[in-house]
Amino acid sequence: MSIAATQKKGVGAFIWEYLTTVDHKKIAHLYLVAGGFFFLLGGLEALIIRIQLISPENDFITAGLYNEMITMHGTTMIFFAAMPILLGLMNAVMPLQIGARDVAFPFINSLGFWLFFFGGVMLNVSWFTGAPDAGWTAYAPLSTTSPGHGVDYYILGLQISGAGTLMGGINFLVTIVNMRAPGMTYMRMPLFTWTTFIASTLILFAFPALTVGLFLLMFDRMFGSAFFDVALGGNSIIWQHLFWIFGHPEVYILILPAFGIFSDIFPTFAKKRLFGYTAMVFATVLIAFLGFMVWAHHMFTVGMGPFANSIFAIATMAIAVPTGIKIFNWLLTLWGGSITINSAMLWSLAFIPSFTIGGMTGIMVAASVADYQYHDTYFVIAHFHYVIVGGVVFGILAALHYWWPKMFGRVLNEFMGKLAFWTFFIGFHLTFFIQHFLGLMGMPRRYWVFLEDQGLDTGNYISTIGAFFMTFGVLVFLYNAIYSWVKGEKAPADPWGGRTLEWAIPSPPPFYNFKQLPLVRGLDPLWIEKTEGNGKMTPAEPLGDIHMPNNSIIPFIMSLGFFIAGFGFIYQTDYNAAYILLFGGMAIALGSMLVRSLKDDHGYHITKEELEREAD
Amino acid sequence: MANNSNTSNLDSFQKQKNKDEMKKQLISFALMIGFTLIAFAIVASDVISDMFVVPVILLLAVIQVAFQFYYFMHMKDKDHEWPSIMIYGGVWAALLTIAGLVLVVWW
Repeated sequence: MSIAATQKKGVGAFIWEYLTTVDHKKIAHLYLVAGGFFFLLGGLEALIIRIQLISPENDFITAGLYNEMITMHGTTMIFFAAMPILLGLMNAVMPLQIGARDVAFPFINSLGFWLFFFGGVMLNVSWFTGAPDAGWTAYAPLSTTSPGHGVDYYILGLQISGAGTLMGGINFLVTIVNMRAPGMTYMRMPLFTWTTFIASTLILFAFPALTVGLFLLMFDRMFGSAFFDVALGGNSIIWQHLFWIFGHPEVYILILPAFGIFSDIFPTFAKKRLFGYTAMVFATVLIAFLGFMVWAHHMFTVGMGPFANSIFAIATMAIAVPTGIKIFNWLLTLWGGSITINSAMLWSLAFIPSFTIGGMTGIMVAASVADYQYHDTYFVIAHFHYVIVGGVVFGILAALHYWWPKMFGRVLNEFMGKLAFWTFFIGFHLTFFIQHFLGLMGMPRRYWVFLEDQGLDTGNYISTIGAFFMTFGVLVFLYNAIYSWVKGEKAPADPWGGRTLEWAIPSPPPFYNFKQLPLVRGLDPLWIEKTEGNGKMTPAEPLGDIHMPNNSIIPFIMSLGFFIAGFGFIYQTDYNAAYILLFGGMAIALGSMLVRSLKDDHGYHITKEELEREAD
Repeated sequence: MANNSNTSNLDSFQKQKNKDEMKKQLISFALMIGFTLIAFAIVASDVISDMFVVPVILLLAVIQVAFQFYYFMHMKDKDHEWPSIMIYGGVWAALLTIAGLVLVVWW
């Protein structure tokens, strides 16, 4: 292996390696690239939405296309940009942070990625045949009666990628429970590992509700059932409940990993251990726990009655308590620290006020009585963009700058990092701050046009200008990423003076991560060795053979099978020939499962001699 | 487990334990079959009024689920804290869902 790794490989071999890889670091690259691509698509859709709204009664795009744009923007950004990029970061960093050589199930890790990828491709194929147009929440009966196949693509795309996400979540859970290095107790785990663990638990419990909801919707649309059809005795509100029972935990699936990222970045660049580590862990657990009891706050105006509304309003406001604990702990981590301000730190520092504004408007919309005023206006749009962009996207960008050297072996350019930050940060507040007021003035969300001289013209104009600033920031970051690949400086093992285990090994790490598993002596293990030891991790085991999994193309083929079957499901309502796709695709997928089950694959060993030959 | 196949003192202890475990498995299996038969019987025979049949069957179901978790899925054994936490977490999330739908949608 070591010899093969040093040889120059052709493009074909490079692609084949990535198609078949089961290495968590390479799967992380795949997640980041695919998620980044969908992020650009979603951003392009956002830009088109904002251009349409730049002036009153604009006709840049048609009303129908506008509905498709908002639906695809929301769906793409949540399911195919934010989630996979976070899963990519978890894949890249979490096993290193707990001192593991890979995740528990490398094959399933690969399968999870390819299912997500084909799900995303499936959804976006709909651009050629008519995209979904019922909003990213796909409320029934709008979604059950939407003509064409747009919503069918939405259902199948999310179903396929959702299965992949569920696998990823279970995989991370098993990894963290079973594969921590000697001495790495639960209360010594870095916060990003903790939040990965909690977010994976949320995935495990929340995604089944979406899966069930999507199946019911699929049966209603394709096989003539009537779960959501009031005329036939169904109930369309059930979809809203199922969607939000999944959808609210989903918000925490997105934001908790971002919290973990900031909790790792602040101590590193403040040169202080995280303030209130235990409180941070329990606040995370509490947010996750409460996150399952608040879903109906998305439905205050549905008519559940004052009693149900009050319960969900109070439960929602309770979440502000653990979140507030976290905000103060970050501030106190910074307090009196020796602070370095670089790109990663800028994103993290900007997150605190931005996210707090989002949290504050969150309390406002949680007040069920006041929500009747805010509901379905731009105030809600402003609120959730403040938490998702100001929280999750800032978190992702902070993490990319922070872990880029570890993931790709190159350091991102600081000047471009700061340029991207300032333009994006200013653009973000330009775009969304004004939308609070547009909403309060009564501008409804999801409307194609607004009328002249209703006090909405200037606000919308400013908002669109902000969107261009954000676009510029993203393009600078993109250029920075490519620049670092072509001529960026090589990264040392520990460019930031890190505290956690991932900085104890070379950048990028060797494919087996740790030659010998490290002995962990406390929280921030590398920092302990730097201050009390010799600066290196003490090995917890003698040098020995390392057992590695073999690469496999089966996850790719299996996911391709489901992808093909998805088209069969969509078009069997129109053409009998589509059954060929349906049964053919399922045959490929099930056949791949059979091959995987029957063929023993024991992996291979890197021998001790081979490890000794490799220079440190 | 693999080195327990030799005959020694430790092994006789292990053997006794395995035997006890097998006995428990068989008893719980027999009980579960019994519960299932009872459930079918009370529905088929009309000995209990319809209104009472549903809670009885639900009670039998809960007992069966407990057997499933604790005996067949070994939650009663040591080192099963994580599976217990996760299963009860899942039960909790499922109960919330059902309670939410029953109370809010149909009440």
